[in-house]
Amino acid sequence: MSKQAQHWEKTRGLLIVTLAIWFVFSIGIFLFGAEMESIGGPFGYPLTYWFTCQGSLGIFVILIFWFANRQEKIDEEFGFSEKGDD
Amino acid sequence: MIKGNFIDNLPKVYGIYTGGFLAFIIIMAIGEQMGMSAKAIGIAFVAFTVAIYAIIGYLSRTAQADAYYVAGRQVPTVFNGMATAADWMSGASFVAMAGGIYFKGYGYMALLVGWTGGYVLVASLLAPYLRKFGCYTVPDFIGTRYGGNLSRFLAVVVLTVASFTYVTAQINATGTIASVALDIPFQYAVYVGLVSILLCSMLGGMRGVTWTQVAQYIVLIIAYLLPVFWISNKMGAGFFPHFMLADEVARIADLEAQFGLGTVKNSAADLATVPKGLAGITKAHSAVNATPWAFISLALAMMMGTASLPHVMMRYFTTPSVKAARKSVGWSLFFIFLLYSSAPMLATLSKLSLIDPNLATGIIGKSISEVQAIDWYQNWNQANLMFVSDFNGNGTLELNEFFMGGKAVVLATPEIAGLPYVISGLVAAGGMAAAMSTADGLILAIANALSHDLYYKIIDPKAETAKRLVVARVLLVVIGFAGATIAAMEIQGILGSVIWAFDFAMSGLFFPLVLGVWWKRANREGAIAGMALGLASGMGYLIWVRNGGSGFLGITQLTFGIFGSAVSLVSMVVVSLITSEPDAATQKMVDEVRVPSGKSILGKQH
Repeated sequence: MSKQAQHWEKTRGLLIVTLAIWFVFSIGIFLFGAEMESIGGPFGYPLTYWFTCQGSLGIFVILIFWFANRQEKIDEEFGFSEKGDD
Repeated sequence: MIKGNFIDNLPKVYGIYTGGFLAFIIIMAIGEQMGMSAKAIGIAFVAFTVAIYAIIGYLSRTAQADAYYVAGRQVPTVFNGMATAADWMSGASFVAMAGGIYFKGYGYMALLVGWTGGYVLVASLLAPYLRKFGCYTVPDFIGTRYGGNLSRFLAVVVLTVASFTYVTAQINATGTIASVALDIPFQYAVYVGLVSILLCSMLGGMRGVTWTQVAQYIVLIIAYLLPVFWISNKMGAGFFPHFMLADEVARIADLEAQFGLGTVKNSAADLATVPKGLAGITKAHSAVNATPWAFISLALAMMMGTASLPHVMMRYFTTPSVKAARKSVGWSLFFIFLLYSSAPMLATLSKLSLIDPNLATGIIGKSISEVQAIDWYQNWNQANLMFVSDFNGNGTLELNEFFMGGKAVVLATPEIAGLPYVISGLVAAGGMAAAMSTADGLILAIANALSHDLYYKIIDPKAETAKRLVVARVLLVVIGFAGATIAAMEIQGILGSVIWAFDFAMSGLFFPLVLGVWWKRANREGAIAGMALGLASGMGYLIWVRNGGSGFLGITQLTFGIFGSAVSLVSMVVVSLITSEPDAATQKMVDEVRVPSGKSILGKQH
């Protein structure tokens, strides 16, 4: 397999993991909104309420930075990272 | 001033700017103490901030195509994040979001999840690849990846439909705030707003818009957070509201039960006496009040729409590298998060301060005549944003007898909580910044697509740079005036639906964009089918539902993009597969897009 094909395969793998996490916190947990309601969440908010106003939002922020770092590692591994810095 | 080492000096420049703005707030506060009138403070806030944006717009003037279209591709990640956040958060986010949460609770908060979760799709599926492509506009990518004028043209059509739906609402919001703050009639205020918007973008294009959007973000975030923290502290609810309002949320749930929320219903005759646009509290504040599908479908539509809206995507064309584009999406969402996570807190503080009889500001349970005598009630009643009526004739205000406009949560809560007027002036400046920055991004997206893709790429490929930029600026003004004219007609109910813009964009563009990178087999015929049928079916569904159609699968007029994009996906895949695969050159181009290093597909000047 060419270097480029391997790079793309890893990139696609990372995409699948990223989208899986995204799916859980944007869609998956809200299938159980009513069930999570009675559970206490962080800072004493009801869990469903906390996810909708802070939890999912914050997880998305962290997820994007994590994704960006992982992708940079993959690019470096195959020598595809850009020259120069941002 | 904006040359050479300007980029290195950005933190210093915006640091001084932020300090200057805070000093201005303090001067206004002192002015208020010394007897400056409320009206003068409002005018000072709006005029001062708009003047600063205009100066930034002037200093960013340019005659270079890549500076005009993509800010010279040298915007650092964090600053691009701020600019995107301002670009993204519209007048509606600023003024209406807390109100939506206040009235509709959980069901509305699907928008919070949708308008943030979409950025994960932007970062992982699209932004870095489009940045590598080196395009100036979103249709530029479609036109080059799939080839042919028809695909480029259809992308321009989808972009224009989605963005124009959005922009009239923003110009309207700018006009509303200018009309209140400057005390001039709305019909004129709309054009004052428009001129302010054009001052930022006309001379410098994307470069001007970028640096004004950063400045606008700083104003709008201060204007949103300062009152939230202040009110929370004043009420004794906690010095850091985001982590400390659990008791208040629980207290609201108790009060809802105590006041018989949902059991005491108003008759239709009673409701007919309530002024148009005002609503009572009829839904639970924090409890789950929507079905899983209602919540998820709305969130999903907004997420896919986010990843298809060209004015957001084009912000990531301005970063220095592919790597920077990815990081920049993270920063964008971080800056958006600061405001979005505060909106539910503001809604909580606002609601509790109004309905809790134990608080001095609480009005439920007081006598109607007493409430009608309160100063702030009279002000906001006059502004047509508050209304009480003694439906059951017992002389006491009940929960179901109190009505408010959605905007009042952001606009009136500072006054209700007893904050000085300077905060209201600040909020007006923040709302203006939010609406202007989004309007600028949208008008620029449309004008750039028309000037670059329609005029330069399709009509006159030999045009000189100078001529192209003149055309771009003329279009900017024309589109701005068209938007303002429609906004001045105040048919907001039809055109103001920001949510529709997301559905239109996702119907026509989501899959052609994503598959352009992720599916090599996708070809021109498929993309054309995907855009045309996606947009047509989405629009058809909307028209059908609005004309009394029952819809299916619980897809409403707010989520019709789910239907449109499904049609788009199926038709794109089917048509691609029954026609021949893209030529070798196109396949090689896709391979190159997938790798961050190396030259971009389109040259620096194209």
